[in-house]
Amino acid sequence: MKKSVKIIVLVLIVGFVGIQFFPTSQNQSDFTLKTDFMIVNNVPKQVESIITTSCYDCHSNNTDYPWYNKVQPVAWFLEGHVTHGKEELNFNEWADYSSRRKNSKLKSIISQIEDGVMPLWSYTLIHREAELSEDEKKIVLEWVSKLKDSL
Amino acid sequence: MKTINLTKGILAITLVALTVTSCKEVKKEQHIDNEHHSDGSHDDSTMDSSNDMMGNDQHASKSTTLVANYLELKNALVADDKDGAAKAGGMMVSAFNDFETSSFGSEEQQELKDIIEDAKEHAEHIEKSPIDHQREHFDVLSKDMIDLIAITGTEEKLYQDFCPMYNKNKGAQWLSATKEIKNPYYGAKMMGCGSVQKEIN
Repeated sequence: MKKSVKIIVLVLIVGFVGIQFFPTSQNQSDFTLKTDFMIVNNVPKQVESIITTSCYDCHSNNTDYPWYNKVQPVAWFLEGHVTHGKEELNFNEWADYSSRRKNSKLKSIISQIEDGVMPLWSYTLIHREAELSEDEKKIVLEWVSKLKDSL
Repeated sequence: MKTINLTKGILAITLVALTVTSCKEVKKEQHIDNEHHSDGSHDDSTMDSSNDMMGNDQHASKSTTLVANYLELKNALVADDKDGAAKAGGMMVSAFNDFETSSFGSEEQQELKDIIEDAKEHAEHIEKSPIDHQREHFDVLSKDMIDLIAITGTEEKLYQDFCPMYNKNKGAQWLSATKEIKNPYYGAKMMGCGSVQKEIN
């Protein structure tokens, strides 16, 4: 019995060390695309700051990685989130969306924030600054609704 | 709020009762006779649209699978059936993937491409979401389908319905093959809420 426990622990350790050698692609870019949401829309500073802090890590081409992203399997977990996040909405590519799609995206942004689904709790758990206060929610929702009506 | 809902529900039911002269027939027959509309002008418009269809046959048949899948999705939401809606959503995703736009003019192609890109995303979400989210996506998907059919036409006669309460009273549209109102946004909670906006085809 004891021996088998030892073997299992050993396998786990070897496995953990082993997966550290698998590389992940970093979601980082030195320049901002001309199609970026903040460039094509006239976004008030306050709204820009809230959206950048709370959304851009997963919904743009530039993630501000935490230190633990150096550790597997955390890096894989984050990579999956970022890839999926960008698939749903990439603020950097905003101008490339058709107006029909922009409308859909804005609608989803509103309902996700209203329902408290976004930003994800697993993300705000560590990124406390990304959590939206009631006031911040109100500011963003008001402005996004206005943008949606203006389309 | 509840009393408002109730009042609106009663109003809607009264309206339906007033406009549809014989409900029983409507329920029994999927295809509604034009006899329900006593005004002759309607018959003329039906004639016109069937003539249009002759010329547009090839295009109208393009939307047939999508319309069938959409109606299945709509019926599942009416029945508060999340799994059925998810399944129909998945079928719509493949129908959008298979949709061939090459026989349309270049401007129409672009518009169809935009519609399909957006609509497919909503169908994908319907495939994997809880029912409230399915309904949110169904709202936009319905708009996409209405716009798509405006380009392609439809082989089946459809009713464009409107529920004034959904979306915090901003309202939402949907398409149905029957004249009787069965609300996909509220299901059993408010089955009769809504009215026919337009008949298509």
